[in-house]
Amino acid sequence: MRITQGCFSFLPDLTDEQITRQVQYCLGKGWAVNIEFTDDPHPRNNFWEMWGLPMFDLRDAAGVMMELNECRKVYGDRYIRMSAYDSSHGWESLRLSFIVNRPKDEPGFRLERHEVEGRNIRYTTKSYAVDRPEGQRYGGK
Amino acid sequence: MNAQVNSHMSSPATVPGGSAPPMELVDLRREFNEVGIGEVLDQLDRELIGLKPVKTRIREIASLLLIERIRKRMGLTSEPPTLHMSFTGNPGTGKTTVALRIASILHKLGFVRRGQVVSVTRDELVGQYIGHTAPKTKEILKKAMGGVLFIDEAYYLYRPDNERDYGQEAIEILLQVMESQREDLVVILAGYGDRMDKFFASNPGFRSRIAHHIDFPDYADDELLAIAELMLRDMNYKLTSDARAAFVRYIALRKNQPLFSNARSIRNALDRMRLRQANRLVGDLDHVLTVDDIRSIDVSDVLASRVFLKAGQPAEG
Repeated sequence: MRITQGCFSFLPDLTDEQITRQVQYCLGKGWAVNIEFTDDPHPRNNFWEMWGLPMFDLRDAAGVMMELNECRKVYGDRYIRMSAYDSSHGWESLRLSFIVNRPKDEPGFRLERHEVEGRNIRYTTKSYAVDRPEGQRYGGK
Repeated sequence: MNAQVNSHMSSPATVPGGSAPPMELVDLRREFNEVGIGEVLDQLDRELIGLKPVKTRIREIASLLLIERIRKRMGLTSEPPTLHMSFTGNPGTGKTTVALRIASILHKLGFVRRGQVVSVTRDELVGQYIGHTAPKTKEILKKAMGGVLFIDEAYYLYRPDNERDYGQEAIEILLQVMESQREDLVVILAGYGDRMDKFFASNPGFRSRIAHHIDFPDYADDELLAIAELMLRDMNYKLTSDARAAFVRYIALRKNQPLFSNARSIRNALDRMRLRQANRLVGDLDHVLTVDDIRSIDVSDVLASRVFLKAGQPAEG
């Protein structure tokens, strides 16, 4: 099941050229671009791990793409996303986020029904991938 | 979309895969004016005095880039030219100033995308403990992407006396990016001639990755005077004719003293003369000043310099 989170996730995967253009747009707006990765893409997992520090004061997308390629070399079998942080007063939060890398095989999620008091049911979404330890999900060794 | 495809089909001279038909004829003058490069070069001539070999080289590079741009439009593909440079020369010969100009030339010609100059020294590239250098160097490289990275006093990066120095790590990262991302970044190294020679001798990789080695000559006496007058004009001062004659003597004397650093020494001398002029004017409070008084640097302001004192008693050195 293809995961849809953030911008552009219903479109076909962005090519590197398209990613570069998007990053350049962010830099043009003065946002700091971050690279984050995870192998636990649960929709409630807000905190992905950061690849390096947020990249403030960049002028050109080539620098971000250099880091993205480094990150892909190490974590090519995980989800990688870009997020753009707007530090201007009143915003001070993320303005844009999109997935730039995903595993070849995405097993998706299952719905668990938990029967509680009475005939009530509580629902939980669980990723099939997280049954395995971190680092071994999505075809990792 | 359709219209484009149609015109594409009807045009007789299309290259397969190319979207625009290649140009056959080029109006060089129009191209030259369009890029606005002439303006930058003229400004270089006007605002930088002397430096003949430097200007010649910059002109050559600018011409090559212009032709390269046209070749690209004609569909004659070639590798992007290597633009990394090294500037060597004595202190105060204008290396930093020229680096800033180069960035704007390269930007006008479209060889760097953004045209910013990131000016760094060893401190900003090399870390203080293990594992600190690589992220630090990379951060600077990322900031310089799309522009020019200017490394002042680059020979400090390599310290032969300490084999565990982290400078070597920074050099390796720099070399790698200089080679692999030639179209994203132009690196300019600057430093004093003899030390840069030693630096290149111990890092042959650097020497071969830099296409343009430009040597900045020392200024002649008359060039230094012209520089002084240009600086004074920018600051809205002027030398009286007596002061000018005294300043010519000052230059000749100062050049032979130790620690002479060309235009930088001249700028410092001018700053001291401004101090003395202000002090002289404030010393006589009952005097009514004209604009001319305030603008003029008098012969006494020049002659009060230590340089003339020292010349009188050479034993002191």
